[in-house]
Amino acid sequence: MQKGHYLNQNALVLALAWGTAFLLLGVPTARGETELNLYSARKENLVRPLLDRFTSETGIKVNVLAADGMGLLQRLRVEGERSPADLLLTVDLGQLTRAAAEGLLQAVRSSILETRIPPAYRDPKRRWYGLSLRARVIVHNRSMQQAPPARYLELAHPQWQGQLCIRSSNNVYNQSLVAAMLGRYGETRTRAWLEGLLANFARPPQGGDRDQVRAVAAGLCKIAVVNSYYLGGMLNASLERDVSAARKVALVWPDQQGGPGAHVNLGGAGVARHAPHREQAVALLEFLAGVEAQRWFTAHNYEYPVASAVRPAETLEAWGTFKSDLAALATLGQHQETAVRLMDRVGWR
Amino acid sequence: MIRRVPGGTGRLNIAPLIALVPAVPVLVLLASAILPLADGDTWQHIRETLLLEYLGNSLRLVLMVACGTLILGVLPAWLITFYRFPGRRVLKWLLICPLAIPAYVMAYVYTGLLDVAGPVQEWLGMVLPAYAPRSFYSPLPAAAVVLSLSLFPYVYIFARVGFLQQSADMLEAARILGCGRIGTVFRVVLPLARPAIAAGLLLALMETLADYGVAQHFGLAVLPTGIFRAWEGFGDLQAAVRLAALLLGLAAVLFILERLSRRRARYHQAAAHAVPRVRLRGARAALVFGVCALPAFLGFVVPGITLFSWALVSTAPAGMADALVNSCLLALAAALLALGLALLLLPMPGRARPGIGRQAGLLMVRLGYAVPGTVVAISVLVPVLWLEHTLDAAWTWAGGRTSSLLLAGGLVVLVYAYLVRFMAVAVQAVEAGLARVRPSLGEAGHSLGLSLSAVVWRIHLPLVRGSLLVALLMVFVEVLRELPATLLLRPFNFSTLAVRTYELAGEGQVAEAAWPASAIMCAALVPVLLLGSMLDHAEDARS
Repeated sequence: MQKGHYLNQNALVLALAWGTAFLLLGVPTARGETELNLYSARKENLVRPLLDRFTSETGIKVNVLAADGMGLLQRLRVEGERSPADLLLTVDLGQLTRAAAEGLLQAVRSSILETRIPPAYRDPKRRWYGLSLRARVIVHNRSMQQAPPARYLELAHPQWQGQLCIRSSNNVYNQSLVAAMLGRYGETRTRAWLEGLLANFARPPQGGDRDQVRAVAAGLCKIAVVNSYYLGGMLNASLERDVSAARKVALVWPDQQGGPGAHVNLGGAGVARHAPHREQAVALLEFLAGVEAQRWFTAHNYEYPVASAVRPAETLEAWGTFKSDLAALATLGQHQETAVRLMDRVGWR
Repeated sequence: MIRRVPGGTGRLNIAPLIALVPAVPVLVLLASAILPLADGDTWQHIRETLLLEYLGNSLRLVLMVACGTLILGVLPAWLITFYRFPGRRVLKWLLICPLAIPAYVMAYVYTGLLDVAGPVQEWLGMVLPAYAPRSFYSPLPAAAVVLSLSLFPYVYIFARVGFLQQSADMLEAARILGCGRIGTVFRVVLPLARPAIAAGLLLALMETLADYGVAQHFGLAVLPTGIFRAWEGFGDLQAAVRLAALLLGLAAVLFILERLSRRRARYHQAAAHAVPRVRLRGARAALVFGVCALPAFLGFVVPGITLFSWALVSTAPAGMADALVNSCLLALAAALLALGLALLLLPMPGRARPGIGRQAGLLMVRLGYAVPGTVVAISVLVPVLWLEHTLDAAWTWAGGRTSSLLLAGGLVVLVYAYLVRFMAVAVQAVEAGLARVRPSLGEAGHSLGLSLSAVVWRIHLPLVRGSLLVALLMVFVEVLRELPATLLLRPFNFSTLAVRTYELAGEGQVAEAAWPASAIMCAALVPVLLLGSMLDHAEDARS
């Protein structure tokens, strides 16, 4: 009767142990020479085709971990020396410079990178390299009678009350825009600007940049602030209603005449401090700065290439040339945290 | 934990200790919330600007969803259990189907439909000449409606079970004693079903408290979004953990309220006759049909059709097959483990009251459900990293080479996080089943000479086999839909359907996102329909 008394419970325990062991098989195995580990803030499906080209050319397999930029930074911090990350790829320069400032990236000497990427788009200390440029622009409904705002500061004017569509303050592109304003105008003036901006919101911030374009096209609001590549993407979308929505809006390059230039941001990358596959990481970085990758960034994602030899996509060329606020680039990371707190305080959710 | 067994040697029972492992992160969380006493910079900022808003919105959301799910869940459950009307059979099934659609998918479907650029407003613009496009919803009510539509099936299922168990004899007795029709409902039927309804409501509200996807989509500032922001945006663990502790506090309050509502009452009934269903015709039947059909329509039919139609007009995104396989395998593994651990941890009926250790452990496990996925991911990562660093230090001390992280990037951590979060579902389902088992059965077995263990395995478990399957199915569906922890802990080159949906919808590629979202819905429909057929059998067995 007592025989096998505890057998059933122990059997359960054994089964659990076996199950756990089975799961351990899912351990990452990027230890070979022909692999590298990429921490990417770009969504995997957006970057995978490019990485496949890299693999077919060099034979190096790329393991991708895609997550939010700040999340990747946190991961690098807590993983420390044993982090498997080789390359950090971000969509926002502020995050990349913060990573560098915290010592999470290492310096890379590469004549290829230095020739292909202009100095304004890379770290003087060689820890990060910009790979693509994007501008945060103002769009307006084409049928609008009034003259559109020519400066970011004008977005806060009372004449636009209830007419501004913009996404949440949680989004890093808005945070960088406010960071740039902070760097240029200081806290008091930026705060006043933010309060004016908030009074002009047509609706509580919701959706992504594409939704703001759709809202302007539908007539809910007259103006919106979006990243240039979203507009480019919508103009070339497979969905007909996106294309027609994008055609109903017009783009304005802010802060041009007599101003610092349009707010721009860089998508870029840096080699991780404790990268186990340093050489492979540098190879990928050089590939991303190369002609093929630069063409891919502009043709598929409608970003501006940083390599001077590569021309932007047709859609982008149709928008003409513009003055960009390059001076603000280096300070984005510094002011980002203050920007977020300020946005919280004025109530921009 | 040494058990005295008649005639047996006392042996250390390690099984419950193993089952408590998922409770460790919650303990770590609570500990780190208390320990650093000085307020960090970020915490001060949050306290000054956002804390009241987080708390206020979370509380109001919970209250609104409680009302929403109670109405949408209890009313149809009552009507379907006690009445017969045309369309009842179909509705019985449709009403549980919203479980197959994650709340964040429902949020983005309805936004796509009702937004300024969506078909509804477009149509209104064509039909009404003076129509100006409006953003007609504000974050809190929108989130409450979407969450209610997504979560009411929990209340519906549990309420149905509660109503099905009612005995005709009880109701007749009530009528004989003078209760009218309505009186019987409010004084007998509902109170008897209260523990079941409360259990279902608790699950729904815990999920509401922990929800990140819907709140983030509507730009609603609640505790889970605040936690995400504190951890990622500010990089401040202390602030994130304190907010998480507040959230757990709210969850504990809900949990205690549910327990109090049950007090010490016993709810198992003697052999009962099923309540005969009243046949309805004509206008009444139509009205009842309408009332039951509305939640099913809004919660399943509309989103389902929309998703399919969006998928049809777009091309399938890359990596779908991989994501599907990954999702299903993960969900299956987590469900099996969760059930096993729940069985180890729960006290079997008829045994002496569980010790303080088990009770505390059970509480920790239940609280895990209220911990948002982001926080679970963080609080799982910390002990695992510590373990790894320690092992690595020992390895290098013994002469080996240091190497990259082993565990932290693998599936073990992810499944562990799922266990922390979802073991409560398995526990709740199995416990509800065990509660219906009369202790006298166990005593009878005992007196016939069966050991305690044999009583459990040969008498109790077969009786609650249904609950075990329910536990498996519910955990499977939950893991299939889980998003934030998967985003944070997944290994390289690993994607699930939920992650693909989030990525695509986040990029504004609403139509492409319908592919993985539809896949989640189809994959989750299988266990959901199985659940429905079990409810069906329970019903047939009674009539």
